[in-house]
Amino acid sequence: MSWRRIVAMAHKEILQILRDPRSLLVILVIPLVQLFIFGYAVNLDVKHIPLCVYDQDGTQTSQDLLKHFQATEYFNIVSVLDSYKDVVRNIDHGVCSIAVVVPPQFAEDLHSNGQAKVQAILDASDSNSATIGMGYSQAIVQTYSSEIQVDWQQERGISAGAPNITFEPRTWFNEDLESMADLVPGVVAFVMAVVGAFLTSLTIAREWERGTMEQLISTPVGKLEIQIGKLFPYFLIGMADTAICAGIAVWWFDVPFRGSWLVLFGCSMLFLTVVLSLGYFISVTAKSQLGACQMALLATFLPTFLLSGFLFPIDQMPVVVQWITVVLPARYYVSILRNVFLKGSELRLLVGDIAALAAIAVLFVVLATRSFKKRLA
Amino acid sequence: MLKKEFIQTLRDPHTRWLLFGPALIQMFIFGYAATMEIKHVSVAVLDQDNTQESRELVSHFAASRYFHVSKYVARRDEIRDGIDRGDFLIGIEIDSGFAQRLRGGQGASVQVIVDSSNSNTALVALGYLSQVGATFAQNYQVDRIQRLSPQSVLFIPQVTLEERPWFNEGLLSEWYFVPGVLGNLMLILIMNLTAFAVVREREIGTLEQVMVTPIRRWEFIIGKTVPFFLIGCFDAAMLSLVGTFWFGVPLRGHIAVLALGVMVFLLAALGLGLLLSTLAVTQQQSMITAFFFTMPMSTLSGFGSPISSMPPFFQKLSYFNPLRHVVLILRSIFLKGVGLDILWPNMLLMAGFAALMLTVSILRFRKSLE
Repeated sequence: MSWRRIVAMAHKEILQILRDPRSLLVILVIPLVQLFIFGYAVNLDVKHIPLCVYDQDGTQTSQDLLKHFQATEYFNIVSVLDSYKDVVRNIDHGVCSIAVVVPPQFAEDLHSNGQAKVQAILDASDSNSATIGMGYSQAIVQTYSSEIQVDWQQERGISAGAPNITFEPRTWFNEDLESMADLVPGVVAFVMAVVGAFLTSLTIAREWERGTMEQLISTPVGKLEIQIGKLFPYFLIGMADTAICAGIAVWWFDVPFRGSWLVLFGCSMLFLTVVLSLGYFISVTAKSQLGACQMALLATFLPTFLLSGFLFPIDQMPVVVQWITVVLPARYYVSILRNVFLKGSELRLLVGDIAALAAIAVLFVVLATRSFKKRLA
Repeated sequence: MLKKEFIQTLRDPHTRWLLFGPALIQMFIFGYAATMEIKHVSVAVLDQDNTQESRELVSHFAASRYFHVSKYVARRDEIRDGIDRGDFLIGIEIDSGFAQRLRGGQGASVQVIVDSSNSNTALVALGYLSQVGATFAQNYQVDRIQRLSPQSVLFIPQVTLEERPWFNEGLLSEWYFVPGVLGNLMLILIMNLTAFAVVREREIGTLEQVMVTPIRRWEFIIGKTVPFFLIGCFDAAMLSLVGTFWFGVPLRGHIAVLALGVMVFLLAALGLGLLLSTLAVTQQQSMITAFFFTMPMSTLSGFGSPISSMPPFFQKLSYFNPLRHVVLILRSIFLKGVGLDILWPNMLLMAGFAALMLTVSILRFRKSLE
């Protein structure tokens, strides 16, 4: 191990990165673009669902019911139809995702035998929005139902009142239910994993492909020196990306930051070590840039995006998939980040996650170091 | 030229695996892991009222498949601790006086504490909570009226909503995600392959060799794209089969329309990939640039979050995104079973995008040599 050789190696790598300022710029801009898109465009709260109504009854009562749909922010009545065929056409064309159909004799049924039915036809090809939309429309109809019951009691002099239950939700940690706040930790993890593993996965593969590996092998530089020297510049880039993401999240998007910066940066360094070693390992194994890139994509993009609990809750996945997530570093990192940003809980609650992350880091560093053989294949 | 590209792409078994393996693995993981539904969310209950009514309400929660009452606690701070540790997501606090208010015909309130560090789960769970609560209140009211005036109970006016979820009757997440995943995987595969296509030749120095042969510009482009196009078609067919036979997603539309949609989309992706690769000098550059484009395209495609919830600016922007069109086309063909009469505007926009991209990349190609 020679400090001088490591510095020389890192210097060469930095020169190579700096010689391509466009790539460097893109790497620093990617997190920004991702954050802004997630911040401004992605909205998981379903509101203003386009709604069509088809009122076959056409009475005061049926209009009353439909007004209840109009009054909420969850639905936007986009068109009023007058045949069943139109309902089918509008849903097929995607003009509306819900159609409320009031059957003929709705008012009469309600007044004569008390039972009346309304139909909600949903375009469930988007099952998530359909589920949420179904919940909203159920709530609206039930409110309407209990309102007419109160009127009905008054007419008959029954005094059962309107016993109803209201929930006072107190949402902790992310009080306004902003998707942004809980997506940020995921975006940070995602960007770091991808930048880290992607870039490093290309560095050794490039040396093989260009034939400069032979030159590198003939120098007295040791394999650990190559590893540290090659990874160090990318480590810096990764940390810069983290700082940019966290800074923008907190100062631009007002995502709360309740934990300590020390924990954030400490854990980010651990996570970066993991992904950089992973990328290094891939690039040593793959030997072609195309192969390395595909493998890096599979090893980072997928786990951080899908299995880390960033978008989809882990406890809702099938048990087998839940087991797989136990070995994923991104899972622990996302959980730590959520804590640091939103919960700000004490360090003792994070010990488990940090320990798991550290263990994985050690494993990957060892794996990466052992995989690299300093000889021609 | 064609033959050379084919041989080069399929030469080593490693690369061959990379063309199909990752797509398959991602398809499976997506199919299983990507779910927005929530079931059996663990709930802690603090019942300070302890009456028949409050127990009844709790049993309504326990009976619904959305919630799982995992713990009864005696003090308020136990809820705080449990949510901090992640033992449960929701705490329900019923204050004393709950039953008294209901018996007086008044509204009673229940406090709900939700761990909203995942806002989507919190939102869906809150929706279910109020649904369960509303059902409870309705039943309770009908019961009371029955007791107060037994003869009129048959005539209590009640409106019920019948739900007809079309196209995906079981509201299965897989049906929703699988067609979208198909589009996304195609995009990533094609962008990756093409991003490397031209640049690799340049980096290894074989581009000059190709240039001294009598091959024409468009011949070179076709030679480069056709193999990728065929690989893309093969992958799309493979993933569609997995989608229909493994995940049980119905194919309700015509298979020819599906094939047409996929092919037009592949051309659009190829065009974009080629254009980007003419802009780059090294493979690393080209890959980063490709990534820079694929990520936002995927986020804004309506694949994971509905386009109708986006701000108007992004909704308009998404018209220029071929992925948005193909996701819509795939979903429509698989689940809705509609045909070209409805999908032609999306097809046309994609075709226009493809034509534009391919033309520009042919024109740019010569310049990029100098």
